[in-house]
Amino acid sequence: MSIPLNSNPVNHDPMSHDPLPGARLQNEVAPDSSASLRLLLRHPLLRPLAALALLLAVDFFMIPGFFRLEWKDGHLYGSLIDIVNRAAPLILTALGMTLVIATRGIDISVGAVVAISGTVAALLIGGTMEMHDGVPEYASRIPMIWALVAAMGAAILCGVWNGFLVATLGLQPIIATLILMVGGRGLAQLLTDGQIITVYYKPFFYIGSGYLLGLPFSLFIAIGVFIAVALLMRKTALGLFIQTVGINPVAARLAGIRTAALIFFVYMFCSACAGVAGLMISSNIKSADANNAGLLLELDAILAVTLGGTSLAGGKFSLVGSVIGALIIQALTYTIYSMGVPPEVNMVVKSVVVFAVCLSQSPEFRGLGTELLGGAGRSRSSNGKKK
Amino acid sequence: MKPTMRFFRKSLSSPYFTSLATVALLVVMFALGSFTYNGFFSLQVVLNLLIDNAFLLVIAIGMTFVILSGGIDLSVGSVLALTTMISACLLQSWHWPPLLVIGCVLAIGSAFGALMGAMIHFFKLQAFIVTLAGMFLARGLCYLISINSITIDQPLYVTLSQARIEFLGAFVSPSVVIAMLMLAVAIYVAHYTRFGRAVYAIGGNEQSALLMGLAVGRTKVMVYAFSGFCAALAGVLFSFYMLSGYGLHAQGTELDAIAAVVIGGTLLTGGYGYVAGTLTGVLILGLIQTLIAFDGTLSSWWTKIVIGVLLFVFCMAQRLLSLGAASGTSAPPAAA
Repeated sequence: MSIPLNSNPVNHDPMSHDPLPGARLQNEVAPDSSASLRLLLRHPLLRPLAALALLLAVDFFMIPGFFRLEWKDGHLYGSLIDIVNRAAPLILTALGMTLVIATRGIDISVGAVVAISGTVAALLIGGTMEMHDGVPEYASRIPMIWALVAAMGAAILCGVWNGFLVATLGLQPIIATLILMVGGRGLAQLLTDGQIITVYYKPFFYIGSGYLLGLPFSLFIAIGVFIAVALLMRKTALGLFIQTVGINPVAARLAGIRTAALIFFVYMFCSACAGVAGLMISSNIKSADANNAGLLLELDAILAVTLGGTSLAGGKFSLVGSVIGALIIQALTYTIYSMGVPPEVNMVVKSVVVFAVCLSQSPEFRGLGTELLGGAGRSRSSNGKKK
Repeated sequence: MKPTMRFFRKSLSSPYFTSLATVALLVVMFALGSFTYNGFFSLQVVLNLLIDNAFLLVIAIGMTFVILSGGIDLSVGSVLALTTMISACLLQSWHWPPLLVIGCVLAIGSAFGALMGAMIHFFKLQAFIVTLAGMFLARGLCYLISINSITIDQPLYVTLSQARIEFLGAFVSPSVVIAMLMLAVAIYVAHYTRFGRAVYAIGGNEQSALLMGLAVGRTKVMVYAFSGFCAALAGVLFSFYMLSGYGLHAQGTELDAIAAVVIGGTLLTGGYGYVAGTLTGVLILGLIQTLIAFDGTLSSWWTKIVIGVLLFVFCMAQRLLSLGAASGTSAPPAAA
C-alpha cells in the first residue's frame, strides 16, 4: 500500500506480475525465439509499459534531475511526485471509464461530473475568516465530512441518471451521457453563478495537495480505489460479468446475467470516480471553477483507457493498463511543459498517439503492416500516415 | 372520439411525426416569446436566428449525413476553428487572394474528413474515437499556427461581413444565403440521388447495404469528406461573422450540431431522418439563446441546461417511438 505506483518507473515489477482478466491477445506477431520471450511480448501490458518507459527515458536525457527525489518540508519532492500527484484525478476517472468501456459503453459526462462535485464541495465548505485572539482562522460552513458526502452524493446521482438512461431506457451511451455533459456543466455554472468559488478551509486542501508518509495523499486515494476495484473484479465474478456484457450483451442476458443492473452499476461507479477526482481537483486549486474544471477530462480518460490496451469495442479490459495510460498522459504533458515546447503541441501529440494506438489495435491495419513491412515498424508507419 | 384516436395514431406512426413535433415546438416557443417580450414578434428576429446560426446550420447539415450513415463526427468544431485560423493566416500573412484561400480551406476540410473516413472504413476503427483524435489534431494545429487571435481585414471578407441583403423589409447576411443554398443542395442529395439513398441504406444496415451491392466504402468516406467540407464552409462563414481566426473559436460546436440533428428528428442509430429537420433543430437552439437574451435576467448557462433537457426529451421521444414501431404492426418506412 505504501509503495507508490511509480516511485521507480523503470522497474515495473510491482505491476507486471499482475495477470489480467483479459490477458489473452490474438494474432500478435511474435518472434520465433524462446517461449518465455514470446509470452512476454504477447503480454498486453507490454506496449503501454514500453511507451511509458520510453517517455521516461526521454525525460531522463532531456530534463536534468528528472528522477531526483528530495525530502523537503516533510515530504518527498520531485518531478515524479509531481506527475503522480497530478495524474491521480485522471487515474481515478480512467478506472471508472475502463469499466464503462468494458461494457461497450462510453461516458463523456465525467468532466461535467468533476465540475459538479467540486462545485458542491466548495459551495458547502466555502470558508469564512474569523478572528480568534487576533489570529485569522478559517471555518467551514458545514462540517467538511458532510460537504464531501454531499459532493459524492451529487456525483453518484449523476451516475444514477446516466445509468438510468443507458441501462433502463436503452439510449446509446454516447448520447445519454452527452445530455449530462452539456446540461451538467450548465448546472454547475448555475450553482456558482459562473464565478470561481474560492475555498479558505485548510483541511479541505489535504485531499488534493496534502501529504501522507511523505507522499501525496491523492496518490493514496487513487491506489486505494485501484486496489478495491481490482479485488472486486478479480476476487468476485463481477469482472467476468462485465467482460461478458461487453463481449455479447444479448448472450450475457440469456446466460442469466442481470445486464441492466450491471450496466447501471458501472455508470454509477464511473461517476463516483469522477466525483472523487473533482474533489481532488478543486482541493488542489483551492477553488471550484465550474467553467473549466474537468474540461476535456473525458477525452483524456478515454485516451488513458485506450492507451492501456482496453478495446473500445468492449469486452476485455485492463485496470492496470488504464493506470499506466493515465501516467503516460500526465508524463507526456509534464515532458512537453518542461522541455519548453509550447503546451499547445500537446494536443497534436496526443492526437497522433491516439491514431497510432487505434491503428495498432486494428487487425486490418496490422494485416496491412505485415504485408507491407513484414510486421516491423508498425507504430512508426501509423505515425507517418497521419503526419 | 374514434376519429380523433385514429388521427392521433396515424400521425404518431407517420414518418413525419418527430419532425412535425419539432416544428410545433418551434412555433410554440416563438409564440411564447412573442407574447412575453416586446419586439420579439418580428421578421428580423427570425432572420437574426439564421444570421447568427448560419455556420451551425452548415455544420449540422454535414453532421446529419454522418449520423444518417450511422456514424458520428466530433471533429467538426475543431475543423471550423482550423479553417478560420488557416484563412486568417493565408490572408493576413501570406496575402493570398481571398477566393483562392476559400477554395484552399474547403479542400483541406474535405481532405481531413476523407482521411478520417478512410481510417474508419478501411481499418474498421470506431468513428467516435477517430473523430475525437481528429478533434484534438485540428485544435492543436490551430495553436501551432498561432495561439493568439488573428484579425482579418481583407476587403472582400469585410464587405461580405457587413453586406445586408434586403428580404421582405428585413435583411439577411450573405452567409444565410450560402447556408440556405447548402441546405437545398443537401436535401436534394439526400433524397434524390444515388449517394443519398446509399447513405440511408448504410445507416439502416451496413451489412445489407453491402450485400445489396452498394459502394459502402466509397459512400462512408464521402460522408465524412462531406462533413469535413461542411465544417470548412462553416469556418469560412464563421470568419465572415467574426472577422478573425482563433483556435478557441466554436468550442463545443460539435455537440450543438449533434443536438440540433437529434432535435431535428434524425435517429442516432442512423438510417432515419430528414435533412430539413436539422434546420428546425438549429432554429430551436438559436431560439433558446434568443429567448434567454430577450429575458435578460437569465444567465447564459441556462442555454446549456435547456439544451440538455431538450436533448433528453427528444431522445426519450425517439426511444418511445422506436419501441412503438417495434411492437406496432408497421415500422415507419425509411425516409422518402
